[in-house]
Amino acid sequence: MSRLNEDNVRIALETIARYPKARSAMIPLLHLAQQQDGYVTNEAMAHIGELVGATSAEVFGTATFYEMFKFKPVGKYLINICATMSCALMGAEQLMHHAERRLGIKAGATTPDGLFTLEHAECQAACTEAPTLQANYRYRFHVTPATFDALIDDLANGRLDAEIPPHGTVARIRQRIPADRVVGPRSPDDVTTAPEWMAVAPTASGGGQ
Amino acid sequence: MTVTTYSHTPGFYTGDRPQIVTSRFQYEDSYTLDRYLATDGYKGLRAALALSPTEVHDEVTKATVLGRGGAGFPAGVKWGLTPQAVWPRYLVVNGDESEPGTYKDRLLMERDPHQLIEGCLIACYAAGLSQCFLYIRGEMALAQERVAIALNEAYAAGYIGTCILGSKFSVDIVLHWGAGAYVVGEETALIESLEGNRGLPRLKPPFFPAAIGLYGKPTIVNNVETLANLAWLLRHGADEYTKIGTATSPGTRMVAVSGHVKRPGVFEIVNGTTTFRDLIYNEEFCGGIRDDHELKAFVPGGGSAPWFTPDQLDLPFEGRLVGAAGSMLGSGAIMVMDHTTDIPAAALTLARFYANESCGKCTPCREGGTWLMRILQRVVAGFGTHRDLDQLFEVGQTICPGAFPHAASERLGLEAVPFPYKMTTICFVGPSAYVPVHSALTLFRDEFEAKIVKRTFIPVTAIPVTGSAVTALPATADSVEAVGVGQ
Repeated sequence: MSRLNEDNVRIALETIARYPKARSAMIPLLHLAQQQDGYVTNEAMAHIGELVGATSAEVFGTATFYEMFKFKPVGKYLINICATMSCALMGAEQLMHHAERRLGIKAGATTPDGLFTLEHAECQAACTEAPTLQANYRYRFHVTPATFDALIDDLANGRLDAEIPPHGTVARIRQRIPADRVVGPRSPDDVTTAPEWMAVAPTASGGGQ
Repeated sequence: MTVTTYSHTPGFYTGDRPQIVTSRFQYEDSYTLDRYLATDGYKGLRAALALSPTEVHDEVTKATVLGRGGAGFPAGVKWGLTPQAVWPRYLVVNGDESEPGTYKDRLLMERDPHQLIEGCLIACYAAGLSQCFLYIRGEMALAQERVAIALNEAYAAGYIGTCILGSKFSVDIVLHWGAGAYVVGEETALIESLEGNRGLPRLKPPFFPAAIGLYGKPTIVNNVETLANLAWLLRHGADEYTKIGTATSPGTRMVAVSGHVKRPGVFEIVNGTTTFRDLIYNEEFCGGIRDDHELKAFVPGGGSAPWFTPDQLDLPFEGRLVGAAGSMLGSGAIMVMDHTTDIPAAALTLARFYANESCGKCTPCREGGTWLMRILQRVVAGFGTHRDLDQLFEVGQTICPGAFPHAASERLGLEAVPFPYKMTTICFVGPSAYVPVHSALTLFRDEFEAKIVKRTFIPVTAIPVTGSAVTALPATADSVEAVGVGQ
């Protein structure tokens, strides 16, 4: 189950076909693997390597650079509490202390029931709504101990399943390019002339600029 | 004076001000194609297609649309930097917004994705870019979904793809997600990431993206807000655009003001004229400091910008003036600190950010950023020495040799040191790590000294800013002894 399954291979091939070079699809494919298994497995990385023409070591090299990719199982819900300046000024530290007490774990750990992983996060681009957190990358603004507890209860009881998918799924909607509309990528080495619409209005210098 | 807010866009406030990029925020369904078309949507694209690519390019150049990502480079000029007769050329949209304090591109993507798409199409048409990659920060799930829906709608309706609106103009826009790395907001790192690699910046020269970018081909990297301006610009023309704002900074700008103000928010302001005092104190914007406290300091342009104090309140939000005053506008983010703020601890939250986010390629940043964080942790925890404070400057000198920009201070009798700085690293993450440390230590050295003399926390601290630093560091024999001897 750790290699990409049949459906996901189809999505992977669709994704790869959008890029002039297959390797560009590596990060989207890593997200796909994480969506399938909740984290990125070694087998999935090897599989991605086969699909994009890279070694599994190269895939691992890329994957480990990015904080969102996990290589061990994490909780069903990843709770990221922002700790950067604007949130810190508005009490992110107290919020983290509260979260640690409420969940009974330290930042970086997972609850024994496998439901929650708690992490410090850097700026989440919602600075005016501080302090903020993300649960599986869904925002919560102006978080207080009370709203934090309510969020944890709601998540544990499945009341937010419609809004917050399990860890691994980020965007639930994928881009679809209709076959009759797609231009399609061309290898950068195969293109030597200006695109058609630029040729309509050549400039004196001939460069299309 | 009216202040309007919308429950579907928390944090966004508008009033009696011109709106170029946020005009649809008032509609709850602003992100749908139906709403977009009902509010002049894709008319800018139609206007562009009625002109030649060169004419569109000239219009954008004439309007001086300054880049809204940080560097402030005019978009029209940037498009013209591609080498003659080298094809293909690509557009990469920088939606990897993660500068501390910044919060505008996410709103523009969530609330008006079609406006961004239209801007991408106009840029591709004008500059002959044959494929567009829309790189959205990995953590922004809602923005990714809204942009994906918008792209699907626009493809189906014939606005993207082959022979757009029956013309010879054909371009694909590919949605691409990141996966959590601040440095990828740097344009060459963004390109590396898009090629499926670790997001390490490339050395400029030779890797100026306009010349050698994605797959080694000319590539334009534009910020989301920059592109979001283009639809309005093409609809109304450069003459109308330059009527708003100043001659050097036309149009509007999105600015996020966060921290200790009464009403933190995101505002679309007239470029170049609004002062920091307006933004922080005016009822139209933030309405003053919370609980009527005193202003102590503020960051004028995102975490990478040197700090200002009340001395600089009357400066307008204009790139050149702010640069001469020792800071930068960056990505339009103001973070406000009131008089209860523990300045060293506040600086530490940013120093930790940069230490965490260093990609590790350049030694001065990888090692220096971490040193700055650790020394600062020691000082904040009450175990620092006077030597530590000097050491912070010494570490900074290895990242940025020579004079480092800072604001003037009447209290300290300091003259401003203007932008820019010299740097020993490839990209700006390294110097940015030094910025909060240098600013805080230069402008508020007494607070650092106080932590050393007393070996305790400053009692006025209303909110201890960071926890990890306070508890993570054991008192080592060395540091305690050094303090004992020194004092």
